[in-house]
Amino acid sequence: MRTYHQLTDPDRSGLADQIGAQRRRVAERLAGVRRIVAVMSGKGGVGKSYVTAHLARALARGGQAVGVLDADLNGPTIPRLLEAPHAARGTSDEGVEPATGLDGVKCISMGQLLDEGQPLVFRGPAAESFVWRGAMEATALREFLGDVAWGPLDMLLLDLPPGMQRYIELCDILGTAPAVLTVTIPTPESRDAVQRAMRAAVARGSELLGIVENMVGAQFEGNAADELAGEFATQVLAQISWHPSASVWDQLGSRISHIPPPTSHAP
Amino acid sequence: MKFLCVECDQQMAFGERQLPGDGTLAATFKCPKCGRVVAMLTNPMETQLVSSLGVEIGGRTVPAEPFEMVNSMVVAGSAGSPAWSSDAQERLARVPSFVRGMVKKIYADYAKERGITEITPAVMDTARAELGLEGM
Repeated sequence: MRTYHQLTDPDRSGLADQIGAQRRRVAERLAGVRRIVAVMSGKGGVGKSYVTAHLARALARGGQAVGVLDADLNGPTIPRLLEAPHAARGTSDEGVEPATGLDGVKCISMGQLLDEGQPLVFRGPAAESFVWRGAMEATALREFLGDVAWGPLDMLLLDLPPGMQRYIELCDILGTAPAVLTVTIPTPESRDAVQRAMRAAVARGSELLGIVENMVGAQFEGNAADELAGEFATQVLAQISWHPSASVWDQLGSRISHIPPPTSHAP
Repeated sequence: MKFLCVECDQQMAFGERQLPGDGTLAATFKCPKCGRVVAMLTNPMETQLVSSLGVEIGGRTVPAEPFEMVNSMVVAGSAGSPAWSSDAQERLARVPSFVRGMVKKIYADYAKERGITEITPAVMDTARAELGLEGM
């Protein structure tokens, strides 16, 4: 009996073609984005969204066109941090209009699509939902990437949830590994979790832009950022105290803006 | 996904797709040589897995709408949960906080089981009487 690849007539469903069309749609949409940066950490609760929002605002204050895609679909916080309106999405011929938050930062988030306080729930059979839920979330991420009318952007920041799952989905959807900005807190526990994430990012081929150490002060002991920077030969871009001034964010924005994009691949 | 008529050693051609509305999917395939037709029937979980990828069995005839999956599959609000009238909310607020969540769930379950879309003080009174919840 012949097997799949021995059948030469095309598959009428064209599933591979449909997937290919999805990828092209994302690539065409993001063609106007000069740089995509994934803000990630292997550790939860280190302030990724907080850093993402304030970095985006600093870049916008510096005159850049900035968008934030809240890829934390189950725990979205970007709309609140950017004080973006929780409003119905307008859709034009260009796609879904992003919301505009503080300092003119554009953003899209699952938090804008759900009623206040509601968890992310998909329609579908409740039994064995783990089989399809991950694919649903990856598709939602793809639609966020491919269907939002960002317009030309200098930088699109992707606020990833803890862990590596969303980063891997992102690499698959983009077809390339995005540049990564890593967030940690000073503790050894955070260092260990972030170390695993950074190794995974390096293995995928991501450019490591550097490390932001958050919640620096007497509350947490440790030296995670310096240790990680040493191991991965990257730089500590900022050490953020509990109550940083706006100038701290402006300096971080300036430092990231001056890191040249890699020439080997885009974005 | 391809189907092979083993007897004829021919790739079968896609015929039609049906979505009965119960979460299942049916697609037929026909052998171009002998004319035999087979149907692929997927259960709700299998159908959902295909849908979750944003692809369509049988192929797409029009491009996907923006946020097609998100708009059709994400439940924006508390689906199926009854609303609370302001009077009922005030009454619920008088329930001690340490049991308020449990009491709220009891009333919500009572309403859902009976297809009641809005919980009012009258509904709460009826539920108390029927369920023996005097004092809640």
